[in-house]
Amino acid sequence: MMEWRDEGVLLSVRRHGESAAIIEVFTAAHGRHMGVVRGGASRKLAPVLQPGAQLDLTWRARLDGHMGAFTVEPIRSRTGLLGDRLGLAGLNAVCALLHVALPEREPHPGFWQVSIALFDALSGPDWPAAYLRWEMRLLEEIGFGLDLTRCAVTGSREDLAYVSPKTGRAVSRAAAGDWVGRLFPLPLALLGQGPTSAEDLARGLAITGHFLSRELALMLGGRPLPEARTRLQEMLLQPVSFTKRE
Amino acid sequence: MTQAPGDIERLIELMARLPGLGPRSARRAVLMMLKKRGAVMAPLAQVMAEVAASARDCVRCGNITGADLCDICRDERRATGELCVVEDVADLWALERAGAFRGRYHVLGGVLSALDSVGPDDLRIPQLARRVRDEGIAEVILALNATVDGQTTAHYIADVLAPSGVQVTSLAQGVPIGGELDYLDDGTIGAALRARRRF
Repeated sequence: MMEWRDEGVLLSVRRHGESAAIIEVFTAAHGRHMGVVRGGASRKLAPVLQPGAQLDLTWRARLDGHMGAFTVEPIRSRTGLLGDRLGLAGLNAVCALLHVALPEREPHPGFWQVSIALFDALSGPDWPAAYLRWEMRLLEEIGFGLDLTRCAVTGSREDLAYVSPKTGRAVSRAAAGDWVGRLFPLPLALLGQGPTSAEDLARGLAITGHFLSRELALMLGGRPLPEARTRLQEMLLQPVSFTKRE
Repeated sequence: MTQAPGDIERLIELMARLPGLGPRSARRAVLMMLKKRGAVMAPLAQVMAEVAASARDCVRCGNITGADLCDICRDERRATGELCVVEDVADLWALERAGAFRGRYHVLGGVLSALDSVGPDDLRIPQLARRVRDEGIAEVILALNATVDGQTTAHYIADVLAPSGVQVTSLAQGVPIGGELDYLDDGTIGAALRARRRF
C-alpha cells in the first residue's frame, strides 16, 4: 500500500460519478498530482474543493502508478477572491498554467513556495508585478529561464535594452544594431527594477507569453496558451481592471 | 422470450447511465416496470418518445420547451424588465420552484472553464447582450454558482454588459437557512460577513 501526506493547492476538480470528484493538486513534495476524493461532490466537500484552496492531503493507492485516492482537510480557502474580478482572473491563470506547464508527479518544492506566495498575494493590491516574476520563474522550472544578467553579444552588464526572441537572453542597446526591429524591448519589470507601469507589465507579459507558448507547444498540442492567461493579460492592460466588484 | 433477455439487458444498461442509478438500481427499476407494463412501462415509453420528438431549446432564453418559445417567454406578465441569468435549465427550474422571481430567464448552457477550454463563444453570452439591448432590460441578475468558474463567468458577463449601462446584480452569498456557523467553510463565513446588513 502506497501512502503519503503533503500540503497542496487545488488546481482543478472534476465530478466523478454520483458523489466522487477527481482533483488535481500542486503539492510541495510530490508536484502536480491527481487523485479521487470520495464524497468530493457532496455538499460538505464541494465548498472546500474550489481551485486555489490550500489542502492537507493524504494520498493512498495500492501501487504507485495508480491514480489513488485523496483524503483532504482544508487549510486555507481562497473563495474570498470570488468577488474580486482581477484577483479571480489571476487565480484562474495561475491554476491553468500550472496545469499545462508542470509534468505530473515531478516535485518543484521551491516553485511551490513561490506559487503559494503568489496565491496569497492575489487578495492584495500589488500582485501583477509578482505575477510577471512568477511566469519568469515558471519558465525556469520548465527548463527555459530568461538570462537578463548580461548582453548575449558583448557580455556587458550595462545598458541592457532588449531580449532576443530566440534565446531569451538580454541584448545591450549598443549591440542590437540592425536587429532592433526583431528584438523585444526589455521592460524594467522583468529586471525587478522600479515601479511597474501598465506598459511595462504588458511588455513583460508579451515576452513571457512568447516563451511560454514556444516551450509549452508540445504540451499544448498546437493550441494557444490557456484562455485564462489571455483574459488576465487583457484585464491587466485595462486600468478599470484594478477595481474590485463588491 | 428468445430475444427479451438481450433487450432487457440493453434497457438496464441504458437506465444505469441515468444520474442516481447504478447497474443494481437500474435492474430493480426495469424489473418493476416489467411487472407493471401496462400501468407504468407503456405510458412511460410513450411519453418519452413524445418528449424526445418535441423537446427543444427556447429560441429566446434556452429553456427546454415543446415550442419555439417557452411558457415563461410567452407570458407577457413576466416582461418585468428583470432578466435572471442561470448556468443551465436545472437552475432555472430550481428558481421557478422557489417562486420568488417573476421576471424572465437566460440560460447560458454552462460556465467559462479554463481547464475544460470552455470560452465565451461556447456559451449564450452574445445572445444575452442582444436581449439586453433589444428587450428593454433594466436589471440583469447573475444567478450563477458560487464557484470559481461560476463567478469568473459572472465577472466576464458584467464586463460584456458594462457598455449597455444595464444594472447588473448577483445573488447574495452567505449563511443558508438552517445553516449552523460551526459547520460552514471559511469562504462562506467570509462572504456572509462581507454581505452583512443592518438588523
